[in-house]
Amino acid sequence: MIESPSSPLIESAGSRVRAVQDDFHGDLLEISMGPHHPSTHGVFRMIATLDGEAIVKLKPVFGYLHRNHEKLGENTTYLGSMPYTDRLDYLNSMTNNWAYALAVEKLIGQPVPERAEYVRVILAELTRLQNHTCLAGFLMQDCGCSGTPLMYAFREREKILDLFESLSGSRMMCNYQRFGGCRVDPPSEWLEAARRLTEGYGAFLDEYEALLTRNEILMARTQGVGRLGPELAVNSGITGPMLRATGVAYDIRKVDGYGIYPRFTFRVPLGAHGDTYDRYMIRILEARESISILRQALKDIPAGPIMDPKAKLRGLRPKPGEAYGRIEGPKGEIGFYLISDGSPNPYRYRIRPPSFVNLTLLEDLCLGHTVADAVVILGSIDIVLGEVDR
Amino acid sequence: MLLGASRASEIARFLRDDEALKLDYCSNVTGVDWPEKEIVETVRVETPDPEGGAPKLVDTKVKRIQPGCLEVVYHLYSMSRGIGPVILRMRTENRTDRAVLPSLTPVWRACEFQEREVFDLFGVVFEGHPDLRRILMWDEFKDHPMRKDFTEPDDYEWEPTPHDEVLSKAGRHYPESAQAAQPEKNAAPGAGGAPQGAVKPASQ
Amino acid sequence: MLGTGILKGLAVTARNLTGSFHDPARFTTTQYPEERTVLPDNYRNFPFLVSDDEKDPMGTLRCVACQICEKECPPQCIYIEKSKDKKPDANGKMQIYPAIFDIDISVCMSCQICVEVCPFEAIKMDHEFEIATSNRFNPLLLNREQLAKPNTYFHRIRPTEAAEVDARLDAERKAAEEKAAAAAAAAAAKASQAAAAAKAPPPAAPAKVPSPATLEAQAKPAAERPDSSAGGIKTQA
Repeated sequence: MIESPSSPLIESAGSRVRAVQDDFHGDLLEISMGPHHPSTHGVFRMIATLDGEAIVKLKPVFGYLHRNHEKLGENTTYLGSMPYTDRLDYLNSMTNNWAYALAVEKLIGQPVPERAEYVRVILAELTRLQNHTCLAGFLMQDCGCSGTPLMYAFREREKILDLFESLSGSRMMCNYQRFGGCRVDPPSEWLEAARRLTEGYGAFLDEYEALLTRNEILMARTQGVGRLGPELAVNSGITGPMLRATGVAYDIRKVDGYGIYPRFTFRVPLGAHGDTYDRYMIRILEARESISILRQALKDIPAGPIMDPKAKLRGLRPKPGEAYGRIEGPKGEIGFYLISDGSPNPYRYRIRPPSFVNLTLLEDLCLGHTVADAVVILGSIDIVLGEVDR
Repeated sequence: MLLGASRASEIARFLRDDEALKLDYCSNVTGVDWPEKEIVETVRVETPDPEGGAPKLVDTKVKRIQPGCLEVVYHLYSMSRGIGPVILRMRTENRTDRAVLPSLTPVWRACEFQEREVFDLFGVVFEGHPDLRRILMWDEFKDHPMRKDFTEPDDYEWEPTPHDEVLSKAGRHYPESAQAAQPEKNAAPGAGGAPQGAVKPASQ
Repeated sequence: MLGTGILKGLAVTARNLTGSFHDPARFTTTQYPEERTVLPDNYRNFPFLVSDDEKDPMGTLRCVACQICEKECPPQCIYIEKSKDKKPDANGKMQIYPAIFDIDISVCMSCQICVEVCPFEAIKMDHEFEIATSNRFNPLLLNREQLAKPNTYFHRIRPTEAAEVDARLDAERKAAEEKAAAAAAAAAAKASQAAAAAKAPPPAAPAKVPSPATLEAQAKPAAERPDSSAGGIKTQA
């Protein structure tokens, strides 16, 4: 292995940089819920120090899926980075694409035609639906339901993925949004299929809630577990359903009003206690709101071009400048910060991942709970390692 | 807003607590690497005339080196007031031994993991950070991957692709495998008369 | 009563279980490989090169080795080498062709950017996903012969898109033919006019570049110079 010259910086900063195994207590048990674990939502490691059953210290360790997306972005053109954004939060590729397209459109000042905005909203809400349904399924899996609710959720998710496949060509790695619109114009049959799915999804959610929401075991395991207060949540940069479960009304769709969201009427569900049960319920309620937005969007979608005629596909060279574009992804605020220096590749390509920042409070939430609760809390934070590690 | 390192914490606290602004949500902490640049400027310089006449104004090219720095950019929003983004920037003095900045984690806890990431990938040491360790790379890793002058190690697993870069690296490590690849290529159907030029190991 | 929630949940599970025996909406498993789902037309897996004639795949490749797909490919899995000679393409124009066109499908991420940027409709996305090999290096490097598939195959897997592409290419071919015909007519008209002008006394032609005033004063035949790209369709028949 070629030795890189060691940085004098790290050595001089030795007093400020601590290793993990600094405090080693003799009577506490330190377990590593290691990277190979069925319930850690990916290669994620938690080093928990236990006093009996209760957790006294919990350090999350990740970086096992670190592919240095940001460096890749510096070596690829703006268009070439679009397929890589699919692979960040690999469950929600459409919203990742939209966030990146939004950032680049802000950078170059590119307008987007109306039909493309409607299609983007439809796809983003479909993504939100399938993410929230699957999260409920994964949370149940973590609670020990051995996959039954998960499989029901996946059965419905497959219908949404079939829609994505017939539109963009791929179920998950859609690579669909472009700077100035969308790649493919959805035909009317696709819109019909989307309408049918939207109408049928409400019934599925009713059945799903009948299975889960009033379930005594679920309530006993999740109510009061991982309670989070609103001030700490705001200060820690938590966004998304986890923040709204604490009672803070911050939904970027309402605050920023990006795209054409101001045209749709939808409610933002807020939680009262900030515990795991609230986070689960928020997601089910948000899924219902997504259905309502989908109905409105599918009714009002106009005809027109799907891509701005003046938009350039290749050879994009933005003027030097910077832009920060963010959207309300299903997991929280996903943002892209781009600095351009006039060349075809960005000078700095930064991804602001929601799961990464939401993990700040993992230790605080788990203190005092048991290991089983730690798994459930992690499940309710809804992380995807592709995004955490990039 | 470009902040100086000495007053940054106070200013950040003011931004968070002031009633009009209430910037309570730090959304994004980014590091940017600005390596040192050689700037060539054309300057009109008075040069004395060798023949003894009046001094002339001549356009000469002057080179100067703009020192490099590491910059940390913060995007702040206000959840209660709904305003934003307010962008703060802090620059280190240089990229090597004085890359120290005050940490804003005591003000916004959201910076905790993101400042650790900037430390890990760029090498900026944040004073006052409660737990400054590497976060995405493993603890014993030595270099800082996101810097512009980072050279990637070449001992990762390789595959013989048609690209010269990977192939030349592979050729240095495993010359016999690259040679073995060529007879297989010769055996592939060459009915169209395509020259077997895609795999070029021997020239490395 | 404690337990009603669980009982209701059990009822849902029971409904799903019994439903899976008779309701296809409840039992959605496809017994692969005996059953296969029908893939949508738009489904994309790895690229392939389109050749117009299936009897001569290498000779009728639409690709002209412009290397745009190679530049735009994000993981850079395409490797192209241009040929040294030229071959006539579908329009009869002499074009270079790719001597080597390799795609490394162990690197390719099926993002479809090569298809979007190709100006010649030469590379399209395939539907084949059962391409497992036993050696992970060379068999996953597809060369020109393995990538070339005929246009009839393209029609079979993506009928609407192939029909659109064919219509566009036909329109382009027709436009090219019309241009060529118009250029031939212009050349013929010019030849006949030149013959007529040769009989009349030649106008005073200045040696230097004439000023606009003198140009206008000159006769029309002198202003009718056809340009070599045959684009000047100012036929003055």
